[in-house]
Amino acid sequence: MWEYSDKVKDHFFNPRNIGELQDANAVGEVGSLACGDMLKLYLKIDPDTDKIVDARFQTFGCGSAIASSSALTEMVKGKTVDEALDITNQDIADYLGGLPVEKMHCSVMGKDAFHAAVACYRGEPAPQEHEEGQLVCECFGVTDEQIRNEVRDNNLTTIEQVTNYTKAGGGCGLCHDKIEAIIQQVRGERKQAAKAEKTAPRMTNLQKIAKIQEVIEKEIRPMLQQDGGDVELIDLDGNKVFVALRGLCRSCPSSALTKGGIESKLKELVHPDLFVEEVAE
Amino acid sequence: MKQAVYLDNNATTMVAPEVFEAIKPFFVERYGNPSSMHSFGGSVAREIRAARSALATLLGATPQEIVFTSGGTESDSTAILSALATNPGRREIVTTRVEHPAVLNLCKHLARAQGYTVRWLSVDKDGLLDMNEVREKISDNTAIVSVMWANNETGVLFPVNEIGEIAQEHGALMHTDAVQAVGKIPINLSELNIDFLSLSGHKLHAPKGIGALYIKKGTRFSPFVVGGHQESDRRGGTENVPGIIGIGAAAALAAKNFEDENTRVMAMRDRLQQGLLEKVPSCRINGHIEERLPNTLNIGFEYVEGEAILMRMDEKRICASSGSACTSGSLEPSHVLRAMGVPFTSVHGSIRFSLSRYNTDEEIDFVLTELPPIIEFLRSISPFGQEALNAICTVH
Repeated sequence: MWEYSDKVKDHFFNPRNIGELQDANAVGEVGSLACGDMLKLYLKIDPDTDKIVDARFQTFGCGSAIASSSALTEMVKGKTVDEALDITNQDIADYLGGLPVEKMHCSVMGKDAFHAAVACYRGEPAPQEHEEGQLVCECFGVTDEQIRNEVRDNNLTTIEQVTNYTKAGGGCGLCHDKIEAIIQQVRGERKQAAKAEKTAPRMTNLQKIAKIQEVIEKEIRPMLQQDGGDVELIDLDGNKVFVALRGLCRSCPSSALTKGGIESKLKELVHPDLFVEEVAE
Repeated sequence: MKQAVYLDNNATTMVAPEVFEAIKPFFVERYGNPSSMHSFGGSVAREIRAARSALATLLGATPQEIVFTSGGTESDSTAILSALATNPGRREIVTTRVEHPAVLNLCKHLARAQGYTVRWLSVDKDGLLDMNEVREKISDNTAIVSVMWANNETGVLFPVNEIGEIAQEHGALMHTDAVQAVGKIPINLSELNIDFLSLSGHKLHAPKGIGALYIKKGTRFSPFVVGGHQESDRRGGTENVPGIIGIGAAAALAAKNFEDENTRVMAMRDRLQQGLLEKVPSCRINGHIEERLPNTLNIGFEYVEGEAILMRMDEKRICASSGSACTSGSLEPSHVLRAMGVPFTSVHGSIRFSLSRYNTDEEIDFVLTELPPIIEFLRSISPFGQEALNAICTVH
């Protein structure tokens, strides 16, 4: 027996906004009878304000599919299309006080139906037709694009999670290798992105020099010149920035302060690891 | 109606009050070990003999042919693994696509891990076997044929004796998982071509954790649980005394109530079936209408999903189960219904009702009142609802 939250039960036993919407100007349909669940979402969108004035649904599916559909209609009503497009499947699950992990695909179905309805409203091709992307799971008709998206959006790391979110791999299991490959691929991308972020900004010496020059030019020099001073970049060794203070700065008793000021500026605008060394000429 | 209407007896049954009474003394008063030399324990051994005898009587077997186990799954594993161990030259297993996971997954495992070839028998749209295929697949390479007596999901019965005869012609052993059949249909093993039969206590009003394996006299045997000398060296481990007493009492009770099961229980099942077919459009019976256990009804409600039905029935305290994908951890609907080729319009909305002699006519009336509006409501919110109303009811 599934452990459903009270909110899921409430939306299952008392679904909001059920039935067809006669004057809907956006309809999104995902799932199929063969797959065991299907959601048809009707939206009435005010073309002037882009606001979703009304939302209704028809769902064939299990308790959490019906509850997710009901929650979705409540969540999008009153929002603009763009605002509602920000709703993720996790938001739907959160709204319901959580879903059993095996049922996360119900929340994904909600999100997908909304995106399909918006595509219909905007006259774009329906996203669930998945013209792009190759079919990976033949049992449930899931493409690599769909899997990749859910793996990215929900940080999925195992085949089991992919099945819970997309159903892919829940049938014959022949596509498990392909799913694993997609997970690894996305994980690779993510690692690289994380690496880039961590050492960011990772720069070559040349880039550093150019950037330092730029900051000196635009930010530091004007300040110093106001006081009759000047600064020049002499050299760079790793993160050590050699500068020469000129003009009044040279004899200024607070040149140490000036040096500190330059350093913090460079740390802030170029790279946090930089430090400044003054060279006497 | 506050008490649950329990129509899920193929999942498990209530321990019969008589059985419960019989078990009670064996916890605090008569807790001796039947293997002990003192009479405090030794007297328990006598009770075990009586229980074994009662179970043997129900099956038309001799007490020496009964080995107590922990349940159906252990009995299945014991029988199949024993057959393979005692016939090392034969590398094939013949079984059906609709077996209980206890047999199905064991066979898959043996194929994967030990290189056995499994010959799978298909079923038709009524859930019946094709005897030509059975004859084709059983060969001199077959170590064991394992075919369930009654299907747990549909109640469909297989001609296990006939199949056993074919197995015998090829020198293969015959095993049947009779977990759902024992106590519900007549069984007289002394006249049958069956070498192994598995049964489980909790399906016939005994407690969980006790089962038995019938091993025909003269069958070569290799034990699964190896240990002490219990069960004549065929199953090690101190006897589950309360369980054994319970299954003995339940067997005696089943023999007594056998008639009731096949008349009153069957009549209630038929009334439930008829009532639902009349009141709910677009539904179909899964499984052969005649070749079926007297207590089981598997019915597919088209265009609605099983878990949603179960949840709404649960709210009314009606207990049943579903072959729907969403009720299990997996995403695939029941392997049994898929093997039968039940159309996907109704496979997801299949509900199994399984009755027992503790059900009443009032309970059936209650279901017939409460269930049709549930289906109607779920169809009203389904994008396929209209199609359900346009179609007609089919008794398949």
